[in-house]
Formats: sequence, structure tokens, C-alpha cells
Amino acid sequence: MNKLISIQEAVSKVKDGDVVMIGGFLGVGSPHKMIDALVAQGTKNLTLICNDSGFVDIGVGKLVVNKQFSKIIASHIGTNKETGRQMMEGETEVVLTPQGTLAEQIRAACYGLGGILTATGVGTKVAEGKMMIPVNGREYLLELPLHANVALIFANKGDKYGNLSYHGAAQNFNSVMAGAADITICEVDEYSEEALCPDRAETPGVFVNYIVKGKE
Amino acid sequence: MDKQLIQEFIARRVAKELQDGNVCNLGIGLPTLVANFVPEDKTVWFQSENGFVGLGPTPTEDKIDTYITNAGGKPVTIKTGGIFFDSATSFGIIRGGHVDLTVLGALQVDEEGNIANYMIPGKMVPGMGGAMDLISGARKVIVAMEHTAKGDKKILKACNLPLTAAHEVNLIVTEMGVIEVTPEGLVLKEINPEFTVEQVQEMTEPTLIIAEPLLQM
Repeated sequence: MNKLISIQEAVSKVKDGDVVMIGGFLGVGSPHKMIDALVAQGTKNLTLICNDSGFVDIGVGKLVVNKQFSKIIASHIGTNKETGRQMMEGETEVVLTPQGTLAEQIRAACYGLGGILTATGVGTKVAEGKMMIPVNGREYLLELPLHANVALIFANKGDKYGNLSYHGAAQNFNSVMAGAADITICEVDEYSEEALCPDRAETPGVFVNYIVKGKE
Repeated sequence: MDKQLIQEFIARRVAKELQDGNVCNLGIGLPTLVANFVPEDKTVWFQSENGFVGLGPTPTEDKIDTYITNAGGKPVTIKTGGIFFDSATSFGIIRGGHVDLTVLGALQVDEEGNIANYMIPGKMVPGMGGAMDLISGARKVIVAMEHTAKGDKKILKACNLPLTAAHEVNLIVTEMGVIEVTPEGLVLKEINPEFTVEQVQEMTEPTLIIAEPLLQM
């Protein structure tokens, strides 16, 4: 068994109209090589699920500038003025979601949950149109799972079994997104034919379908 | 006072709220300055919502690690005893009530403890990031901001911008005073001696309850 594939082969799994999850936080811990390949491939009408929309020249922001999304679900778009422009001019639908809710919605999809209950967003626009459920006297919002066709994530190290480990703040949404899509592909800085230490790997390979090398 | 001095004055006062061992999350801008005024006899853990506890100062150029960044994407350091984790854990810490104190700026705050700080419809829509989670999840919410915006009142009877959270603000610290949100209304607890109570009231829309004794900031 070997999960290693090429970057080209990886992004060819993303089809027009797909929902795509991309890891990273303002580009830190994003799968940059796969993002560049997806820009070159030019796949359109995608829905993005990501913490933020990066910068115009860093991370998922490059895909925004290339107009590859018809919908963006993110917690923050303030660092990429092109996202704001596309939203204001009605070119791209933007759903702003509290960051913790976004993480939990993705986690729910991976873990087979029917949704999560949270107090975040109660009394705000975020609550509009959503079911309120009282538990022990406190009101909670029902937030539904967010599932994707393809998750493109990053890890600092990965082995041929798909087990992953991270460095610094690179983990962010990556380990949360692993397994929350039909296909999870991870770009790694350091690829190993030898298995990672099972005590030190944060993401189990069961969540990861394919690995690509980010550095040759 | 010029803008920088005003901001430092506010940050210095907010830092007095920090208790030994607190886990604290600071918003970007003015609230970030609070980290510069932690009392020397206290250990405070700063949480960075992108995935760690133990946020340390900006590194020198030769010590930059591109994977150790704050929630603004800028290089930082991690202190001894700190730890990295994923976004679900980060927000579990925030939403589960494990953050003692969060300090944020605001566009508007009102006498019911409502806060608006993430969008101006039709003008500016950056998104809430982690602010909604922080305000509803942290044990104590402090708004640190200049008292007015170019003369326009920011402390209102009722916010008219979209809310970031309802009924969650505990304390408002500005260059004019320290105001506590209580069920009876806003209580002016401390005042900057450069201003009179009348001046503070003039720049505040709801009627202030004046604490007795009214302390100096």
C-alpha cells in the first residue's frame, strides 16, 4: 500500500462544481503546491470551505483572484479585498461563520455527527433561519455538518500510510478537515517511506486517502 | 494625549485586570498592547486562536519560524510551557469556558452589554473570525477602545450595527474611564482625572450610574 501520488493527479480529483475544503490559517499551514496546481488547472464553480480567504497572492486567495469559487464559507475575509469585491458585486456568495462553529461543523462531518449545538452566534445574524434548541435552560443553535468532495490539507511530515504530524501552528484546520471529505489529500514538506512514530502522529492515516510531496 | 499614548493608557489599565495564572485572549490592534503591561509578579498565558497557548513576543529576524505565527499571520514565539493544537481544540478552549479573559475592540457597545465589532453593512465586512466564539465563551469580556470615534459616540443605549454577541460584555475601558455593565445599567467606576463626570457623560449616550466612591484611573 502506498498513498503517494503526484500533485497533478491530486488536483485532477477536483471537478467543476465540487465543494473543496482547504487547510491553513492566513496561508500558514496551507497546501501551497496543490493550490498553485489548482489555479493552473482552472477548475470553476467550486465552493470553498476554509478559515479565511488568504491574501490576493498567498494561499487560497490566489484561487479567489482566479474566480474559481461561486461560494465561499469562511470566518474571515478581511485580508483579501478581492473576496470583499466579489461579495459586494454579487459575483460570489459568501457565508461568514464563527471560527469555532466552522471547526466544529467540519469535525461533525468527519465524526459522523448530525450537527452540533453551540451558544456562539445566539442573538446575532448568524442565528437567522437556524433551529434553536434549549438545553438545561440555555439556548443553543443547531449547526449542521459541513462535508466536502475533496479536502486539500497540509502537514509538515507524513508517511506512506497517510499518518501525519505537524509543527508549530501549522495544524490549525488541517487535522480537523482530514476525513471530512470523500477524498482527503495531504501535501507534506517531509515524506517518509518509514512509518512515523505512532506516539507522535496527530492525524491517523485512516482519514487520509493520498499524500503528495510539497518539496522534492 | 496623542493616539499612541491614549492606547497605551487604556492597555495599562486593562492589564490590572489580569490575575496570576489567567488564560487570556487579546484581539488585534489596541488589545494586543495589553501583553506589554503584564505585572511582573504574575504569570499570564496568552492564547492564540490559530492554535496555541503560550504566545510570546515577536522574534528577532534570525529566529523567525514561518510556522509560528499569531492570529494575524505575523511571526511570534511560544513560551516555555506553551503548547500547539488544532482549531477544534483551540475553540474548545474558548467555547468551553477555559479562557478567563478576552479583550477586544468594538465599533459599538451598549448598556445591555451587547457588542458590534465585525461588520458595517454595505461598507466593511471582514467577518467575525473568532470574535463571536470568544465573546460568548470567555468568562470575562473586556472592551478596550477609544471612548468615541472622531467625536461620534460608541457607547450607546442600543447598538445599531449587527451584533457580534448579545449581553456578554462585562467591562469597558476607555481613555475617559472604566465602566462596568450591570443589570441596572452602566456604572462609571473609575475616571481619568483629566476629565469631569459631565464630560464623560456627554460622550456617552446612556445615562451613567456614578459609583461611590468614584476612583481615579
